[in-house]
Amino acid sequence: MLTPVTDDDGAPFWEYAARGELRVQACAAPDCGRLRFPPRPCCPHCQSFDSEWRRMSGRGRIWSYVFPHPPLLPEYAAQAPYNAVVVELAEDPLIRLVGNVVADPDAPLDSVAPERLRIGARVQVAFTETDGVTVPRWLLERP
Amino acid sequence: MSTLKDATAIAGIGQTEFARRLGDSEKKLACRAILAALDDAGISPSEVDGFASYTMEETDEVEVAKSIGAGDVTFFGKVGFGGGGSCATIAHLAAAVATGQANVGVAWRSRKRGSGPRPWTNTTVQLPTPAQWTRPFGLLRPADEIGMLARRYMHEYGATRDHLFNVALACRNRANQNPAAIMYERPLTRDMYMTSRWISEPLCLFDNCLETDGALACVIVSAERARDCRHKPVYVHSAAQGLPAQHHGMVNYWNDDPLTGPAWTAARHLWKQADFGPQDVDVAQIYDAFTPLVPLSLEGYGFCGRGEGAAFTEGGALEIGGRLPLNTGGGGLSEAYVHGFNLINEGVKQLRGTSTAQVPDAATCLVTAGEGVPTSAVLLRS
Repeated sequence: MLTPVTDDDGAPFWEYAARGELRVQACAAPDCGRLRFPPRPCCPHCQSFDSEWRRMSGRGRIWSYVFPHPPLLPEYAAQAPYNAVVVELAEDPLIRLVGNVVADPDAPLDSVAPERLRIGARVQVAFTETDGVTVPRWLLERP
Repeated sequence: MSTLKDATAIAGIGQTEFARRLGDSEKKLACRAILAALDDAGISPSEVDGFASYTMEETDEVEVAKSIGAGDVTFFGKVGFGGGGSCATIAHLAAAVATGQANVGVAWRSRKRGSGPRPWTNTTVQLPTPAQWTRPFGLLRPADEIGMLARRYMHEYGATRDHLFNVALACRNRANQNPAAIMYERPLTRDMYMTSRWISEPLCLFDNCLETDGALACVIVSAERARDCRHKPVYVHSAAQGLPAQHHGMVNYWNDDPLTGPAWTAARHLWKQADFGPQDVDVAQIYDAFTPLVPLSLEGYGFCGRGEGAAFTEGGALEIGGRLPLNTGGGGLSEAYVHGFNLINEGVKQLRGTSTAQVPDAATCLVTAGEGVPTSAVLLRS
């Protein structure tokens, strides 16, 4: 499986994920404080370089989803068709994360029946370790 | 302030054959297409002093210039973001010629995407951003990334697979009229479409463009010079690029409205400079790496309202004789996928009156580049 190739801006996301925390970069300027994703060096709203990583509740809704079929990279082809989803976070629907809906945190990417997915379905974050890296997964609130 | 409007024209077009696998190298294909375009214009290669191509083009200006026998070159540049750069190559050369930075500009694209590797299979060039946010989760290919937008679009506006089929069918019907098209002798039926295999559900095989070896080029000169060339000039009436505020590239899931893509930005600038509007476009060449890009582009370029792009395709609107005949050579879906350059050349053929699926008396043509990535577009007129 592909593991995230991180950069300076994105590294904290993965470090917090390894602790089981879903955190999103936010502007730390007192009169701004807006969340932003993907992380970047400065705030596009107020141009401040001060930022913090704000803990999220981990709740969200499915914004859209696809079921990739081969041709795919071998380890993904082995699980295809699987789901890939975009989740909008409860704290700010404009903060959206790509991920996978699974039956339990360590289950494969095809562990939820395709017909269970729909746009708007509520999901909750969970974390799993794959190839030594902790990544978020999503569980349906009403499986 | 000076303007690009009708200051330059496309005087020559050239192309190689298109196939899943061609024997020539990309460099040789590039040279063949460029020399064909110069011959079409009746301009000697030694007069070429400007070049433009895509950042993904593997053959650089040094190789092309010395191979074809160009003279001293004073303008050269490349445009990023894959197929989003197609029309920008024309725009950059038009700007260079109109401002005296070059006199004879050549734009080209040569690609062995049919027999060469699929870019997404190369994991060693996985960029840190935004790939870290998508690829580990199996969102691997452009088809997956656009499929995500397509699902959301279908959900929000009631678009159906039949609408996407309308796009695929119009392109295939035009390819069936074009002997140079890969799909020349292969008709498409609704049953074939609906029963084909998925690539990234909701996108099936026929929602995806071809994988093609081939090259194309065109020659841009001043309007005055073009009138002395072999063919009727095709004027660059208006040109624009589009990188919207808070845009994120192909995985554009992080701005306020991911379904309002770069086409909207390019369109605002394009129409602002033009003497005519969408209702006056006789024929269009809309970038079609994936069928959903067409309804999204129809909305962006103002042929219909937001959310109406799918319904616009109904009733044969995209066919010859319809409201907006498009991709009259077959497009990326059915003629060849060479990063959209075949759409530019087909636009020129329409305005010369030499297309294999000629729109009667076509005098205006919109050509667009890849939607969903930083994009570009040109309005051509005869």
